[in-house]
Amino acid sequence: MSAKSTNQKAWLLVAPVVILVAFNAVIPLMTVVNYSVQETFGDNLFFFEGMKWFEEVLASERFHDSLLRQLQFTFIILAIEVPLGVAIALAMPRKGFWASVCLVLMAMPLLIPWNVVGAMWNIFALPDIGLLGKTLNAMGFDYNFTRQPVAAWVTLIAMDVWHWTSLVVLLSYAGLSAIPDAYYQAARIDGASSWAVFRYIQLPKLKHVLTIAVLLRFMDSFNIYTEPFVLTGGGPGNSTTLLSLDLVKIALGQFDLGPAAAMSLIYFLIILLFSWIFYTVMTRGEDK
Amino acid sequence: MSLALKNVSLCVDGQTHIYDTTVELVPSGFNVLLGTTLAGKTTLMRLMAGLVPPTSGAILFNGVDVTGVPVQKRNVSMVYQQFINYPNMNVFDNIASPLKLAGLTRADIRQRVQQVAELLRLDPFLKRRPAELSGGQQQRCAMARALVKDSDLVLLDEPLANLDYKLREELREELPRLFAVRERTVVYATTEPSEALLLGGYTAAMHEGRITQFGPTGDIYRHPADRLTASVFSDPPINMVRVTKQAGQFLLPDGVTTWDVRGPYVGLKDGTYEFGIRPHHVHPAGNMADGAFVEGQVHIAEISGSESMIHFDLLDRPWVSLTHGVHAFGIGERARFCVDIDHSMLFSTQGDLVATMAT
Amino acid sequence: MARIELKDLRHSYLPHPQRADDYALKKVDLVWDNGGAYALLGPSGCGKTTLLNIISGLLCPSEGSILFDGVEVNDLSPEQRQIAQVFQFPVVYDTMTVYDNLAFPLRNRHVAEKQVDERVRAVAEMTDLTDMLHSKAAGLTADGKQKISLGRGLVREDVNVIMFDEPLTVIDPHLKWRLRSKLKELHQRVRMTMIYVTHDQTEALTFADRVVVMHDGWVVQQGTPVELFERPRHTFVGHFIGSPGMNLMPCELADGGARVAGHRIALERAITAPRDAARLELGVRPEFVRFVAPDSEGALPVDVVGVRDTGRSRIVETDFAGHKVRALVPEGVAVPGGRTGVSFEPSRTQIYADGWIVE
Repeated sequence: MSAKSTNQKAWLLVAPVVILVAFNAVIPLMTVVNYSVQETFGDNLFFFEGMKWFEEVLASERFHDSLLRQLQFTFIILAIEVPLGVAIALAMPRKGFWASVCLVLMAMPLLIPWNVVGAMWNIFALPDIGLLGKTLNAMGFDYNFTRQPVAAWVTLIAMDVWHWTSLVVLLSYAGLSAIPDAYYQAARIDGASSWAVFRYIQLPKLKHVLTIAVLLRFMDSFNIYTEPFVLTGGGPGNSTTLLSLDLVKIALGQFDLGPAAAMSLIYFLIILLFSWIFYTVMTRGEDK
Repeated sequence: MSLALKNVSLCVDGQTHIYDTTVELVPSGFNVLLGTTLAGKTTLMRLMAGLVPPTSGAILFNGVDVTGVPVQKRNVSMVYQQFINYPNMNVFDNIASPLKLAGLTRADIRQRVQQVAELLRLDPFLKRRPAELSGGQQQRCAMARALVKDSDLVLLDEPLANLDYKLREELREELPRLFAVRERTVVYATTEPSEALLLGGYTAAMHEGRITQFGPTGDIYRHPADRLTASVFSDPPINMVRVTKQAGQFLLPDGVTTWDVRGPYVGLKDGTYEFGIRPHHVHPAGNMADGAFVEGQVHIAEISGSESMIHFDLLDRPWVSLTHGVHAFGIGERARFCVDIDHSMLFSTQGDLVATMAT
Repeated sequence: MARIELKDLRHSYLPHPQRADDYALKKVDLVWDNGGAYALLGPSGCGKTTLLNIISGLLCPSEGSILFDGVEVNDLSPEQRQIAQVFQFPVVYDTMTVYDNLAFPLRNRHVAEKQVDERVRAVAEMTDLTDMLHSKAAGLTADGKQKISLGRGLVREDVNVIMFDEPLTVIDPHLKWRLRSKLKELHQRVRMTMIYVTHDQTEALTFADRVVVMHDGWVVQQGTPVELFERPRHTFVGHFIGSPGMNLMPCELADGGARVAGHRIALERAITAPRDAARLELGVRPEFVRFVAPDSEGALPVDVVGVRDTGRSRIVETDFAGHKVRALVPEGVAVPGGRTGVSFEPSRTQIYADGWIVE
């Protein structure tokens, strides 16, 4: 109700954030919009091209392929990380010494820089010297992620799950801790099975944090770049070239700024659209 | 300090929260806002404090229009139902915080805090943090912060609602004394009629965003201007029955029961009225022969040791009798009650007070 | 339904309790009959919630045993004890309808759907939820949600006891008495054993047939509301029950009566104090203090210090030889001012030695 604050000084406090956002979001975005409608040649020569790059990108098979790969990747990791994260959070102790130990262990993968994660898994999975790769081969599996697309995918997904499930775990854990004891006591008294407790108490109370978890993981997975770049570099062939990898290849590898800019914008709009759909679907039926 | 609201109203998103209100609070007095939850008490306090600007109308402090002045420039303190203290500061620093902001010297601050802490019996706990205090002590700490500031206007929004019963009883007794300082105007919101009565001073009865009546607490209790005020100021609610006055008698809707008309009611013209009587003026009739009687079906009798509260239905309206002693009734039992007409009120069918025998 | 016995119950939250103070519950021996309505009454921290959790099976007592119908249930979980509980903050299954909420405990126990339907409809009728059966439980008001919690207990026919943990905390004040009398009415109808925990004397006294007053881990008195009011066995009960509480003042015993500051006060009968009593006190409730002419026989000289109006009566605070004595004067009776006299009703004047009544 007090939205219309009469204190003008408050704006001064917001100013640094506004400037920061302007420099690191609005201005770059505008630059990209600018590039996306122009053709560039070296020496800063620009020609207005209108919607040409957008049409070209949308029609290109390369874009379709990487978008499809991206969607597959996102879908798979969400399908694994969300249920797995919730399951781990449910299994973690609520209080005491072991609760802290679990929390620290869970936070660990999140503390490691992304390129290090990629490098770690690269070495870990190498078929000749890596622990994982060598073990798998010794067990009789023919596993070589640098040559087999399926193996590359499996490794990529395993890495992402290892790296990011913790986020879902921590969010769910916080959500579960916020449920008052009375709910569990009431459920015990009502004779509810553990499944019923999960279905009728924990899951409804987790709805909000899960919405956030899914949104974060969705957006992050669309943005993923460093880890696959370090792990597979998009290969073998183009089998793990996700949208962001492809984008960088076009922009920096081939220096096609126009198409790359158009692609970035399309990419940005896709994330926005999907996030909006997710959010609307998951929060539907509230605030009647 | 005097505080006046002139034609103040508040609309949010097309919904009216406070209807056109004009009221002049009693300067340096204890003013109680009495009403049920959602009657608009908190909203009215926020308007007085300047936390929300009114949609229309003016707010005057000492005759000066302060409508657009933000809360931090008015000398106001507020205490809430929740115990709001700075969790990372001890009691001393909590109480001292408004003084530090005001830029007082250390010695001054120490002296003022000590003084207020003693008044509120917080002096043994000055070194403790709020989390180490009981609920009553936490609320006293919040009140100390409001007191120490020496503000002209203190707003207390149901400050005792979250406290234990006995503690509430004690603080209720202390509060008017604590806040009775010089030029200070106190506004106190409560949902409980008994609390308003015990605090004394002046009361504004509120109902759905309107002040239905404002005046000395005892007067409003005994001479409510209308049915709404009477029901706001009665817990359990005031008993009502429709009566028809004819030939020197009140006839009840059952067509049989009649009461003799007495006192100020005699001169009223014949017609239909709403008859109101507070629960403690309705008693089980026993073997009484004289008086005004009603017969109803008992829902339940609650016995509290010194008194009984008997809920019964009178011609499809819920009635309550609150009476001394132990009176047991079975569920559904039909019983006769005596109505003490000498303490009744009579309202028109529109709800305005016509006459009262309450003294 | 069950008869509940608590034998030599003690509980400490510390692993190795040494002193009496280490115990949150200091030896409780109680027997509660099948079908009775009981209340556990006391201020925050008196051990009432600990006791409740021990009965419900959420807490295992350090010492002693709990028996349901003569069978020890110490090692049984809450679900095995067949109890139901209504919590301070309403617990409903948000995603379910009211109907499904009520059916939940039965469905978990694999009761046939036809029987479930019958029970749910019967309970909905009792708790006035019939009209809302098919709305989402999350959308209900606080009192509606508490009725659902209660309904989930009533719906099972095998429930031994229903427990209430301050169930009116979140209910709007002006609706409290309504839900309160609903609970009482339901108890009289279904005659299940019910235990009600609260710090509010009105709730406890009006709900329960017998009230257990707790203080500092001890049960200080168990009795009917009338006993607690008329004959408090401990000064704490005198103080805690009644508004305002009992007047207490140090006294001596002499010539078959009591002496306070040199004034003789008549007692119903001669009392001899236990020889080892360190402190003797005289207690009389404000309801039994009467104003009399200062020169009449046996009148105790007092000075009227203050008067507070509660609507129904006035609380008159007087000073009697340095002791605060309160008197309750009913509406319509004049209150004297200045120096006057009071008398205590002998049959309602009690003597306490070290806090406990002398008989």
